[in-house]
Amino acid sequence: MKTILKGLTALALGLGISGAASAAEYPIYEPIEQSWSFAGPFGTYDRGQLQRGFQVYRESCAACHGLDRVAFRNLSTLGYSEEQIIALAAEYEVEDGPDSFGDMFMRPAIPADRFPDPFPNAEAAAAANNGAAPPDLSLMAKARHAERGFPRFVIDIFTQYEAAGADYIYSLLQGYQEAPEGYELQPGTYYNPYFLAGTSLSMPQPFSDGMLSYNDGSPETIHQYSRDVAAFLMWTAEPHLEARKQTGFVVMIFLLLFGGLVYMSKRKVWAAVPH
Amino acid sequence: MSGGHSTYTPKTGLGRWIDARLPLPRLVYDSFVAYPVPRNLNYMYTFGGILSIMLIVQIVTGIVLAMHYAPHTSLAFDSVEHIMRDVNSGWLMRYLHANGASFFFIAVYLHMFRGLYYGSYKAPRELLWILGVIIYLLMMATAFMGYVLPWGQMSFWGATVITGFFSAVPLVGTAIQELLLGGFAVDNPTLNRFFSLHYLLPFMIAGVVVLHVWALHVTGQTNPTGIEVKSKTDTVPFTPYATIKDGFAMVVFFLVFMYFVFYIPNYLGHADNYIPADPLVTPAHIVPEWYFLPFYAILRAVTFDIGPISAALGGVLAMFGAIVVLFFLPWLDTSRVRSAVYRPWYKLFFWIFAINAVFLGWLGSKPAEGLYVALAQVGTFYYFAFFLIIMPILGLIETPRRMPNSITEAVLEKNGGKAVPHAAQTAAETQS
Repeated sequence: MKTILKGLTALALGLGISGAASAAEYPIYEPIEQSWSFAGPFGTYDRGQLQRGFQVYRESCAACHGLDRVAFRNLSTLGYSEEQIIALAAEYEVEDGPDSFGDMFMRPAIPADRFPDPFPNAEAAAAANNGAAPPDLSLMAKARHAERGFPRFVIDIFTQYEAAGADYIYSLLQGYQEAPEGYELQPGTYYNPYFLAGTSLSMPQPFSDGMLSYNDGSPETIHQYSRDVAAFLMWTAEPHLEARKQTGFVVMIFLLLFGGLVYMSKRKVWAAVPH
Repeated sequence: MSGGHSTYTPKTGLGRWIDARLPLPRLVYDSFVAYPVPRNLNYMYTFGGILSIMLIVQIVTGIVLAMHYAPHTSLAFDSVEHIMRDVNSGWLMRYLHANGASFFFIAVYLHMFRGLYYGSYKAPRELLWILGVIIYLLMMATAFMGYVLPWGQMSFWGATVITGFFSAVPLVGTAIQELLLGGFAVDNPTLNRFFSLHYLLPFMIAGVVVLHVWALHVTGQTNPTGIEVKSKTDTVPFTPYATIKDGFAMVVFFLVFMYFVFYIPNYLGHADNYIPADPLVTPAHIVPEWYFLPFYAILRAVTFDIGPISAALGGVLAMFGAIVVLFFLPWLDTSRVRSAVYRPWYKLFFWIFAINAVFLGWLGSKPAEGLYVALAQVGTFYYFAFFLIIMPILGLIETPRRMPNSITEAVLEKNGGKAVPHAAQTAAETQS
């Protein structure tokens, strides 16, 4: 009896969880679809945009969010020279050791190091942020996906839509609003109808117009900051996207030509046999 | 293996020397060159070859991935990201393997529906069909355990929910669940044994595939007419006829497969699996991989107690029953006619069954509440009714359409009744 009860609870838990999801209809607003340079079969990252996005991350997000799957050496893809990367890495301190006396020590980072986390551990991150640890951003652009619904999820196959995460990040960052009248905001949270898991989140609006200065003349707006950092995070999540699409093109052309030849051979082989 | 007498004649001295000691070339020749296949096979009969290739793709990419993967809860997610970022072509290996699993299932479902439509499971091919169902079961176990290995949120919670099914079994359920998990909850021992088994099962699949192909070569293939091969004019030699046709189908299949790998590699996955597993945070919506969704819908359709059987146990029984019923298919179908081509009513019910299967899959992705539950119950009822009611009864009362006397006659009818000489057979005879 105990066993059955336990099983029932486990199943009810599983069912309850999936049931609860539909009760909450979030996000209130669907992510705004953007046109991205990396979309489509020949998509590539816009180096200027990635550099701006990296700047936004460094000057705004990095205070709370880690990027611990990205190494400084990876930044060469963004168009930085080796000297620039060495100099940039040296601005960060990472823990190393133990040395010959058995002590851990801090040293300037080198290109092989990954971005050090802003907090020593998740507990410290949570303690400093009202109880909610800011998530690492390395994979964020692949780890968020608002429901697409029918028939869009079918159309997505043909449009090669894989920017759901980037669209979501952009929409969220530019989507902070005043809470509607009568809405009871939980203390320490900020209203955002684009948020995937509720109506308000613990992160405050990170940008304001003009807060960061770009040196390439791009507009210094919330919209532009959000777009650029979303593109940057797409790159951190999918660094080999360009190689993937370029290889894919060669593979598709090969298969089409090879398939054509095999089809003609098949026609010839079967020509004399009605089937 | 083809049962008939061998026409292999080694042409070189070395060939004769080997043939006298280990006639492996003879086996290959008899099985994949001279082996007679019905001349009227359509493209639905090419998925067997495609599945063999997919098994090889999965084993090769999987072995490479295992060289870089670390089956430990604190390392697994990082090692997968290491593969994605730092291993040369690691992203390609992983996307091939992850999408390969989905395409393996696409191929196996088309293969099974082909068998269902043309009555491929009927005597004398019962064992052939049962071996196929065993392969399918092994595939499901392999795919489930493989999905746990990246140790993302969906890996962890999928494993928690699915191993939880076993605890619904009376008396021994908890013991089975703990044996599966290696503990009381999904943790490092679970990941370790799943990795070990995920590496083992594909080779067991390969073993059963050998038996499956062996059984196939004893009975010979079915064909769209469902009429057994009666004369030499009914067949063509496997090579070049089936080889080139299978080859073309494979290229087309790979075009679609590669499109997913290179352009939308995460389409069939779940975003939550890019979040490292966290036992303290439950995802909003736990869903299995798409190829399990129809069974997930059947599991959740049972929301009521049946006598002493609780709803939970009933759901689990229904889900496993949905697969177990396939083993009895050869005896549930009472029709003397094999192919749906000559069974107008069966054809109709078959297509409703196919649509119902897709419909159940869609319901499996939806939350189990409100109208969805009622629809899933209707779908589940039809699923079982198709096998347990429609198949046995329809076979007895249906009047089949007039059948041709032989494959050759069917082919000639289709081609306008022209008595075209069967060049293939004569060509094959002059060759050997």
